[in-house]
Amino acid sequence: MNFEITDDRRMLAETLQRFLADTYPFEHRTAVAYDAPFHDPAKWAELADLGIFYALVTEEQGGMGGRGFDIVTLFEELGRALCPEPILGQLLAASLLNAPEPLMDGTRYALAVSELDAPYDPDDITTTADERDGWRLTGRKTVVYGAPAAEVLLVAAKGPDQVLSLFRVAAKDAEIIGYAMIDGGPAGEVFLEDTPAKLVTKDAGPALQNALDLGALALCAEALGAMEVVQATLIDYLSTRKQFGQPIGAFQVLQHRTIDLAIEIEQARSIVILAASAEGGSEFPKRAAQAKHLVGKIARQVSEEVIQMHGGIGLTWEYPLSHYAKRLVMIDHQLGDTDHHLERLMDGL
Amino acid sequence: MDLSFSKEEQAFQDEVQAFLATALPADIAARVASGQGATRDDMERWHGILHTKGWLGGTWPTKHGGAGWGPIQLHIFEEESALANAPRILPFGLKMLAPVLMEFGSPEQQAEYLPRILDGRDWWCQGYSEPGAGSDLASLKTRADRATDGHADGHADGGPDGGAGSDGDEYGDHYIVNGQKTWTTLGQYANRIFCLVRTRFDGKPQAGISFLLIDLDTPGIEMRPIRLIEGGYEVNEVFFTDVRVPVSNLVGDENEGWSIAKFLLGHERTNIAGTGFSVQALEQVKALARQVKRGGKPLIQNPLFAARLAQTEAELEAMKITNLRMLSKAATGGQLGGEPSMLKIKGTVIRQSLNDLARRALGPAAAPFPSEDLDNLAIAPPGHGHNAAGYFNNRKISIYGGSNEIQRNILAKGMLRR
Ligand SMILES: Cc1cc2nc3c(=O)[nH]c(=O)nc-3n(C[C@H](O)[C@H](O)[C@H](O)COP(=O)(O)OP(=O)(O)OC[C@H]3O[C@@H](n4cnc5c(N)ncnc54)[C@H](O)[C@@H]3O)c2cc1C
Repeated sequence: MNFEITDDRRMLAETLQRFLADTYPFEHRTAVAYDAPFHDPAKWAELADLGIFYALVTEEQGGMGGRGFDIVTLFEELGRALCPEPILGQLLAASLLNAPEPLMDGTRYALAVSELDAPYDPDDITTTADERDGWRLTGRKTVVYGAPAAEVLLVAAKGPDQVLSLFRVAAKDAEIIGYAMIDGGPAGEVFLEDTPAKLVTKDAGPALQNALDLGALALCAEALGAMEVVQATLIDYLSTRKQFGQPIGAFQVLQHRTIDLAIEIEQARSIVILAASAEGGSEFPKRAAQAKHLVGKIARQVSEEVIQMHGGIGLTWEYPLSHYAKRLVMIDHQLGDTDHHLERLMDGL
Repeated sequence: MDLSFSKEEQAFQDEVQAFLATALPADIAARVASGQGATRDDMERWHGILHTKGWLGGTWPTKHGGAGWGPIQLHIFEEESALANAPRILPFGLKMLAPVLMEFGSPEQQAEYLPRILDGRDWWCQGYSEPGAGSDLASLKTRADRATDGHADGHADGGPDGGAGSDGDEYGDHYIVNGQKTWTTLGQYANRIFCLVRTRFDGKPQAGISFLLIDLDTPGIEMRPIRLIEGGYEVNEVFFTDVRVPVSNLVGDENEGWSIAKFLLGHERTNIAGTGFSVQALEQVKALARQVKRGGKPLIQNPLFAARLAQTEAELEAMKITNLRMLSKAATGGQLGGEPSMLKIKGTVIRQSLNDLARRALGPAAAPFPSEDLDNLAIAPPGHGHNAAGYFNNRKISIYGGSNEIQRNILAKGMLRR
């Protein structure tokens, strides 16, 4: 047994950590995350130069990673820095595309699946694809992560015979209305009306599910990174904030609750490790669902508790912790919430 | 046992409902219902309407222009108001300062300030908390030193344990206030602030606190906004630098401020559970869960979500009865013990679970940062675009007004023998 990460991955983590610490300070993050285009294109280009996107693509596909632990290593660092760059879309695209070269060089992708009446399950979507001088898509995609920043959209739509397929749309051909998410970073509404598209994969259900599971794993790792930061912040605050003549960390009730969080965060780490190690195998869908179910629950608990134990300061925009706390809750709204994944698990019993 | 209201109480309930149905402006109710919240103008308009009706000072005695309601009538009014999506009455002047003035204020202070609270000329804010004094309020440091003109004796030469008031015959005709308050809710709209300030530096910290009324137009006061987690502005920091306050603005005796603060804590805690807000929130979540879909079906048919909803509803029904049991005790002159603290804890937890469900129900549609530009995109069903913001903002209710941890400490002190 060996729970150490490999040297290559450690180097990746360290490179990214240093880059984000040096060039993406927190004030910069809040400044860009809430103003169009809701991320920093210059930083994105630098991330591409660093070769970060190669870590999203498997060796067979010409990349240098793309496996469970590559994804976890990368997204944990993004979570630690609360980085608003829309790298999730890049990961989802990497697993869906046959020729991911442009992606590795930094061309921005976003995956458009969710619709107003189909928030989490791709089977429920109603966007249509018709073949008339090439493919044409019609429908509305909602809260597409990274949409306002994307150059290429990968769109799930139902073709003839209701077959779920995946298409490529040039972002300039679609109507995209972008906005910030409440926890920062870009998302948007995508309106398609007879929009020209290219077929990527016919009958894409299984490929799409695998991509969404990889995405779920990435989000769990991101949450893990963010939870470590808020845990450290909390422990520090408990020892410095004084009330009633003593550090508030001297109150046993806060000690116990901090320890409860620590236990849950260990649980989160373990389920993420389990899911990452299952990537590529037949158990992966189940492990990814277990991870997203547990982490969704734990991240919210951690968020609520760290705010509560900070008192008023934890509710202020100026204090970075509040932004981490928002992200920890809102991660549960991406790629299936804790109940959605619990239902998948119940169905598999 | 009879769980229903008396005939008179039922008649009052009908009257309140009829009044709300006609008097509450629809645009205000819509803003409250959407979680976007009442604007300054909404609050002032609604206060004005209630004032005209004679209900703004509901529990105020009639001699001060109030309606003389008891706890049950107040409860009925507050429940019905919440159900109708009326803005809540701002507590700072009407429910905090006014009872203090009636109990401890001089006749002159009562005559000057009470009418101005009712007719809206004064907007009061509450200056208790400081950066270093939150749960431990008695450790507050903002100081008020007695001075005669041209001679601020306490501040200039007094160290932490010297200071004004220690020296009886040196009393001046005004105080010089220095220090900082924080978390001042809606201070940006206020023209006055009531403060707890330190007037004595020796002895127990509680024993050196006074209750002071301060005009926010006085030179030396600076108000700075604090932005909250969801992006809104409702609290402020207030800085006092050599602010001159007439001694006539002292309420009660010097160094009696802590008793006044404690009196206030025991006062009008009937709405502490916020049951009306929760009942209203529950109805909204149910309606939302009928509108949004999971797996092609309305969310309310999803067993996991339905379970969460049904559990919360059962909790709420139980709490409504706990609340009525307390009210009935208070209405018949019974002495309240730990009930308000229990209701504060349970009430906030239930409200927060309902906020959680309202956010959760939306799925991805909860994610956009709320803005008017997005409303016509209808990403969330109408009136639900603020659900996530409301969820984050309402984390405050278990922190302010004595955090839930502090409430548990109070209860433990009362119930456990050591
Ligand atoms: C939105 C908002 C509006 C507010 N409005 C006003 C206002 O208008 N006027 C005003 O004066 N104040 C206002 N407050 C301040 C509010 O009353 C304080 O935030 C509250 O008293 C808690 O103080 P604190 O934030 O300094 O937290 P702290 O007291 O530092 O507490 C931090 C944590 O330690 C816990 N803790 C502290 N002591 C103990 C203990 N003995 N045992 C166990 N746990 C403990 C607390 O429960 C909390 O979890 C407002 C606060 C907020 C967030």
